[in-house]
Amino acid sequence: MWQIFHKLGSPKWFFGISTRFMPWLLAGGVLLLMAGVVWGLAFAPKDYLQGNSYRIIFIHVPTAFMAQSVYIMMASAALVTLVWRMKLADVFVKAVAPVGLVLTFLALFTGSVWGKPTWGTWWIWDARLTSMLILLFLYGGVIALDRAINDEKSAARAVAVLVVVGVVNIPIIKYSVDWWNTLHQPATFKLTEKPSMPAEMWVPLLLSVLGLYLIFGWLACVRMQTEILSREQRTRWVKEFVLKGRV
Amino acid sequence: MAFDSFSAFIAMEGHGPYVWACYAVFFVLMAVLMAGSLRSRKAMVESCRRGYEFQADKSKVASAPASSASFARVNVSQD
Repeated sequence: MWQIFHKLGSPKWFFGISTRFMPWLLAGGVLLLMAGVVWGLAFAPKDYLQGNSYRIIFIHVPTAFMAQSVYIMMASAALVTLVWRMKLADVFVKAVAPVGLVLTFLALFTGSVWGKPTWGTWWIWDARLTSMLILLFLYGGVIALDRAINDEKSAARAVAVLVVVGVVNIPIIKYSVDWWNTLHQPATFKLTEKPSMPAEMWVPLLLSVLGLYLIFGWLACVRMQTEILSREQRTRWVKEFVLKGRV
Repeated sequence: MAFDSFSAFIAMEGHGPYVWACYAVFFVLMAVLMAGSLRSRKAMVESCRRGYEFQADKSKVASAPASSASFARVNVSQD
């Protein structure tokens, strides 16, 4: 068990295994996302209340879902950084924070543009929208804090503390639509219930969520590899990889 | 198809500009993010390679037959 744990923390091992998975993640992700988007845009039936503006859901829900799930992954990795000082966990946090920032921005942007024709406003300071904006600032804060501290180890610990503290925002986002009366509609998918939409709507949505998940996996691998190369420049295996092209 | 014609598909009964703006921003930002990540990985590999080549040159110079005098700077502790 400890050996597996130790191996998982080894940058060299991760570099090798991620190189093998990356083409599959990218191909699968793009394929699923495209299938979901084309199905959702052209073939899914029109919503009887909202009309065609609801078609934004096929990118809004995936980005919003990923924005939160990336933060939860970051928080788990930050906890590992604080408890076990595992190098790879810190590499993950730094590599994916900008991805989370872009996904959160996209969720806010698509939600806002969806809101205008559907509910008549771009923005409203209600619980769901405001807590999502705080998530955007949290991602920005993580990136800024990491850049502000030069020493690698102190930066890792400071960033990890911020990420772990910020996780309190996630349940607020999730339950805001149930706790408070907000403009935002309730969750589309719940683990315990059947989706409230017909299958022609939720199947393409599920495809695009899965596709974006895989693309995130690919992005995380590429960005983590960059960070690993930068940190491990002085090791023999990086030198061998750079000069001979294999790990 | 949920639409009768291609122009109906583009117009989306008046919601077209909203829907297409969202999809355009989504695809542009994702493409920029993905291309940028790939480019910085490539740049990192290049900068590592240059570093190793520089080191190799330096060690070649160092291992060249030493002339009579050497100009190595010696750092004397200031404490």
